[in-house]
Amino acid sequence: MSTLLEVKDLKKHFPLKGQALFSKDKPVLKAVDGISFSVETGETLGLVGESGCGKSTAGRSILKLLEPTEGEVIFKGENITKHRGEKLRKLRKDMQFIFQDPYASLNPRKTIEQIITEPMKIFNIPKAERNKKLTRLLDVVGLSSYHKHRYPHEFSGGQRQRIGIARSLALDPDLVICDEPVSALDVSIQAQVINLMEDLQEEFNLTYIFIAHDLSVVHHISDRVAVMYLGELVEIGEANELYQNPKHPYTQALLSAVPEANPHRDKQRIILKGDLPSPANPPQGCKFHTRCPFAEEICRTQEPKLKKVSATGQMASCHFAEEVVNANEPL
Amino acid sequence: MVKESPLLKVSNLHTHFFTKSGVVKAVDGVDFDINPGETLGIVGESGSGKSITAMSILGLVPSPPGKIVNGEVLFKGENLVTKTDKQMRKIRGKEISMVFQDPMTSLNPVFTVEKQMVETILAHENMSKKQAKERTIELLDLVGIPDPQKRLKNYPHEFSGGMRQRVMIAMALSCNPSLLIADEPTTALDVTIQAQILELFKKMQKELDMAIIMITHDLGVVSEVCDRVMVMYAGKPVEFTDTANLFDDGKHPYTLGLMNSIPKITTDKQKLEAIDGVPPDLRALPKGCSFAPRCKHVMESCLTIDPGLKAIDDNHLVRCLLYEESESKKAVTP
Repeated sequence: MSTLLEVKDLKKHFPLKGQALFSKDKPVLKAVDGISFSVETGETLGLVGESGCGKSTAGRSILKLLEPTEGEVIFKGENITKHRGEKLRKLRKDMQFIFQDPYASLNPRKTIEQIITEPMKIFNIPKAERNKKLTRLLDVVGLSSYHKHRYPHEFSGGQRQRIGIARSLALDPDLVICDEPVSALDVSIQAQVINLMEDLQEEFNLTYIFIAHDLSVVHHISDRVAVMYLGELVEIGEANELYQNPKHPYTQALLSAVPEANPHRDKQRIILKGDLPSPANPPQGCKFHTRCPFAEEICRTQEPKLKKVSATGQMASCHFAEEVVNANEPL
Repeated sequence: MVKESPLLKVSNLHTHFFTKSGVVKAVDGVDFDINPGETLGIVGESGSGKSITAMSILGLVPSPPGKIVNGEVLFKGENLVTKTDKQMRKIRGKEISMVFQDPMTSLNPVFTVEKQMVETILAHENMSKKQAKERTIELLDLVGIPDPQKRLKNYPHEFSGGMRQRVMIAMALSCNPSLLIADEPTTALDVTIQAQILELFKKMQKELDMAIIMITHDLGVVSEVCDRVMVMYAGKPVEFTDTANLFDDGKHPYTLGLMNSIPKITTDKQKLEAIDGVPPDLRALPKGCSFAPRCKHVMESCLTIDPGLKAIDDNHLVRCLLYEESESKKAVTP
């Protein structure tokens, strides 16, 4: 396998309003504050975290829908951070996005045919080829060709998400960033769309970055999972390993908070105290220390670095990653 | 347990919406009862009628176009359906209160929390303003809002999502209701906050001995807090049993389909068994069983006969021809 995408120390800061005009340090909201990871061709990387942790901003910064403040995005061996204009436009062909809200992401005044063929039109693909591709795309996402003259409002949420997926595949991308693609859908429809995405990945050899807050969905679809908290990666690793043996206290709490559809479960639940701190004014030291049940003095002052915690490459940013594990492992 | 008379008994409830494009049968024959101190879960996807069932109980169905066309809602022996608006206002918020999904839109953004809560209490209880304020502080403390004295003066936007939901719960509890209806109370919240709020519901229920109707689409939440569960599909209950039984021995193909279509966090990855198709249009329900067009075990008779909700065991009701008495099956399939 080869590395398709590499993200190095990516930062996205948003300026905040309401500071004195001439003050030097303009206050910023650090939505994404130095994340690094890589994605292999054909794999799915899940990106999870609570609302406000910066997972969507990260996804958008990688695609350069938002201009990153700092850091590098290397796509197919090429540093694309500085790309502008025509070069960037060409690049977008290979990187696509699936949005959360299937109601807001389709133009209500265009037919399905227009919506799906528009990306191909922009890249000057001849009409005959466009039509052939359209029929094929409708077929692979489970719609019929008689649907193509209809408008988005004539479709249900699940069908609209299929249309969004068909559009993102129109230009044969390598990388698809999916931002909460199934969270607006009912469970029975959600399963249909997840299955579809898995089939398409196999068929078109796609690489996914799957952003979601639903931990079970992410576990299901991902090969590796990265957990974010307040703009930083706190843990990353192979999906099964990370879910069975989480090393960071935040990952542990997050996983234990998921209500499980099993009334006989008798698991001790870790309930975190308090809310997510404001990303505009994050805590000093380890950002998680205000809610961490294991926090000690060092956590309040020193920021932990992401370090390897297992032989298979699982990484966590916690001063006590090793001890926390020992405390949880039944001997 | 001694068989007490139920706190709330809903029988044969039909709530329809009369629209230009036809009659929407949002709730089409719902029966259930709930005992004091019990938690009943109502599960279903969007459009299954679970929220409209709750709104019908409280007399909140927008009319027109909505109308309760049939059925009764007996609360402590009184039929709520025939009550006037004025009489209902005395019951809502005092005897039965409700927590909504979105705490931002259900609190008034231009009044402080104090003002809104005191108003609720004064509307129902014979108290002075000062007493009402003390009660408010007590309630905010009860639901775990730190520093309630100070937070009283805050506006809803100054609270986080989880804290706002706590305020909503405090408000719902302000007159010691005997029944609390919670409509997707944790859907808008993050998992860590959801865990806090579910824990709070359990604690409050124990302390105040109230019954809860928990409306949700999340089977995880159901398994976490409910005693009994009613699964709804297209306006009708399709399965009704106690929680443990539903998860161990669920019978209806829709219930099983729902369970198989959620990815499990603990087990290894397998392909999800999705339910094919989409929920039916409530204006033009299929003849026979509403779930038949999506059902894996569909039989010929399913397309013509609408199965009733039948007991297959003590406390286990299923609406499906697969589990009907064998004679009736013979009668339709020669």
